[in-house]
Amino acid sequence: MIEQICRYFQTNSGQYWQYIGQHITLTLVTLAISMVIALPLGYLGSRNKVVANFCVAFAQVLRIIPSLALLFLLIPFIGTGIIPALIALVVLALPPLLVNTILGFNEVSPLYKEVGTALGMNSQQLRRQIEVPLALPYILNGVKLAMVEIIASATLATYIGAGGLGTLIFTGLGLYDMTYVVIGAVSVAILSLLAMTSFDYLIRKVQKHDETNYSI
Amino acid sequence: MTKPIIQFKHVQKRFGDNIIIPDLNFTVNQGEFVTILGSSGSGKTTTLKMINGLWQPSAGEILIDGQQISKLDQVKLRRHMGYVVQQIGLFPHMTIAENIAVVPKMLQWSHSKIDRRVKELLELVRLEPGVYANRYPQQLSGGQQQRVGVARALATNPPYVLFDEPFGALDALTRSELQQEIKRIHESLADKTFMFVTHDINEALFLGQRVMVMHKGQIIQFASPEVLVRHPATPFVEELLGTVQQNENLWRHQHD
Amino acid sequence: MIEYWNENWPVMLEDVQQHAVMVLSSLGIALIIAIIIILLFLRRRNWLNGLVYFFSLLYSIPSFAFFALLLPVSGLGMRTAIIVLTIYSEYVLLRSFITGIREVDPQLIEVATGMGMTKGQVFCQVQLPLALPAIFSGIQVALASTMAMATIAATISAGGLGQLLFEGLQGQQVVPILWGTVLTMALTLVCAGIVQFFAWLLTHRWKGVMEK
Repeated sequence: MIEQICRYFQTNSGQYWQYIGQHITLTLVTLAISMVIALPLGYLGSRNKVVANFCVAFAQVLRIIPSLALLFLLIPFIGTGIIPALIALVVLALPPLLVNTILGFNEVSPLYKEVGTALGMNSQQLRRQIEVPLALPYILNGVKLAMVEIIASATLATYIGAGGLGTLIFTGLGLYDMTYVVIGAVSVAILSLLAMTSFDYLIRKVQKHDETNYSI
Repeated sequence: MTKPIIQFKHVQKRFGDNIIIPDLNFTVNQGEFVTILGSSGSGKTTTLKMINGLWQPSAGEILIDGQQISKLDQVKLRRHMGYVVQQIGLFPHMTIAENIAVVPKMLQWSHSKIDRRVKELLELVRLEPGVYANRYPQQLSGGQQQRVGVARALATNPPYVLFDEPFGALDALTRSELQQEIKRIHESLADKTFMFVTHDINEALFLGQRVMVMHKGQIIQFASPEVLVRHPATPFVEELLGTVQQNENLWRHQHD
Repeated sequence: MIEYWNENWPVMLEDVQQHAVMVLSSLGIALIIAIIIILLFLRRRNWLNGLVYFFSLLYSIPSFAFFALLLPVSGLGMRTAIIVLTIYSEYVLLRSFITGIREVDPQLIEVATGMGMTKGQVFCQVQLPLALPAIFSGIQVALASTMAMATIAATISAGGLGQLLFEGLQGQQVVPILWGTVLTMALTLVCAGIVQFFAWLLTHRWKGVMEK
């Protein structure tokens, strides 16, 4: 097996890095788009009950729709390729971002807002100096969960023609060639673990004031 | 010498149909230390929050240094009005130094001026700057946190400081220590007007140059502690003082 | 859609059954393991945190990759699927159980200890009952995510409703994909309803009073 893996890297390393590149690009573009949508919407949701209810309902429904189904269901309408994959992945990334952004801003104690106001902050200063920094750990946690979700679902996006590391697993399963399967699966797992541990590090860093806190 | 600095004229405050304060009139002079004494629901905190515009009166007018508060830029006003609350409210994501520097930063003071001021204030509230400046609030005890709360309120050298039961959640020993400090600080700073809300009569009598006794949104008596003790205006005030008497009797009894 | 159902209902029902067996047995195993872990490590806070972090790392491995990775070890079929789904639900269950138990007001525990309860009694009579709502919400989350994830198990010949999705994909037909989606969601909702009912049975007495 190891021998075969080495041989793959000797002959196909170009292709391998191309898959890695596709996977990372797809993930980052999806993450950027979904953050642009979800962060402002989540902030609105923390102030407006109707928006919050809508976001939570949306997240609830999406939780029980299999991501695989969501990816496949778009094919009849917009075909295969990068764009349908992007749309499906953005939809999948929205719930953790929305829910955690709303949670983060709601967790900011009204006391700090009142004290900030009493110290003479206007609403913009209140947002920049108090609300956003205090909500940040929650928001970053949402970004982390969204990122893990995107990396996972992007693996499946190979079925609708979006490329990426899923292609290796898919090819390997088709040929029942474990070399491809293992290379693909291990690479995706490492990618996901890297994303998660680096976000955990980041969250711990922004939470340095709170030494008693631990996140599980 | 006595210059009226905070004036309430026929101020009314209601929340919905619930009238908290029917008709409030009083004048506080520059440099005074006034304590507002009352039980919960007496309207004392409401009164305080109307002074820095956190709440707006439903009717009547409030004058700050002769100007109507409704016509002032309230954000600007609050930057020159210190505010200390019972829950302390230090921002958990900022160090002690950063907490004290919040308002100076908004006023765009220079770095060196802010640093100097933070050090000066920490010394004023008797916290060693070298030790505490870079710690986070959660690393301090409740009493120490409230010292920082006081320092933050004094940061821009404001002419007014409002206290909303600042020592209510602290243990008795820390409380009396901080009471001494706050009295010392008021005496050491010229012309600062302190408004101090409390439900503790001993605290009110000890700190206030004048004590405003409130009940059900009305001022029952507004006088110096001596006058209050010698000539209580109503049976309600007498009753309040009675609790002090009881305490003293208890002490005398134990010392015999 | 009806037509498709009329033609294929025996196969579809078999898919539903496989799906349910796969998910419910994973959840059951995960539940038992979670209880054992909690009982063994409840007082060793650091061990427990470490264990949860370990499972969170496993949890972050994309399911498609995880299924594939186990192929050389446990081969094609439902057994591999159940192992993977168990590991995923293990993380969700452990996390919610621990948070639930830890969030019980420490004062209550103190009072209970002060009344002379042993550690075991405190756990069974105070911590566990009060943590039940959190425990059940954890089971709900685990249920929904394993139900969805089990569709992917079709790629390693484990059967289940994912087969309908792939059938539609290969045949370029929407109907099987829709059926696969609808049946997965329906199965999830039915199972969630049953879990909800159990939760209600166990907690309605004191919770109903509390909410009034």
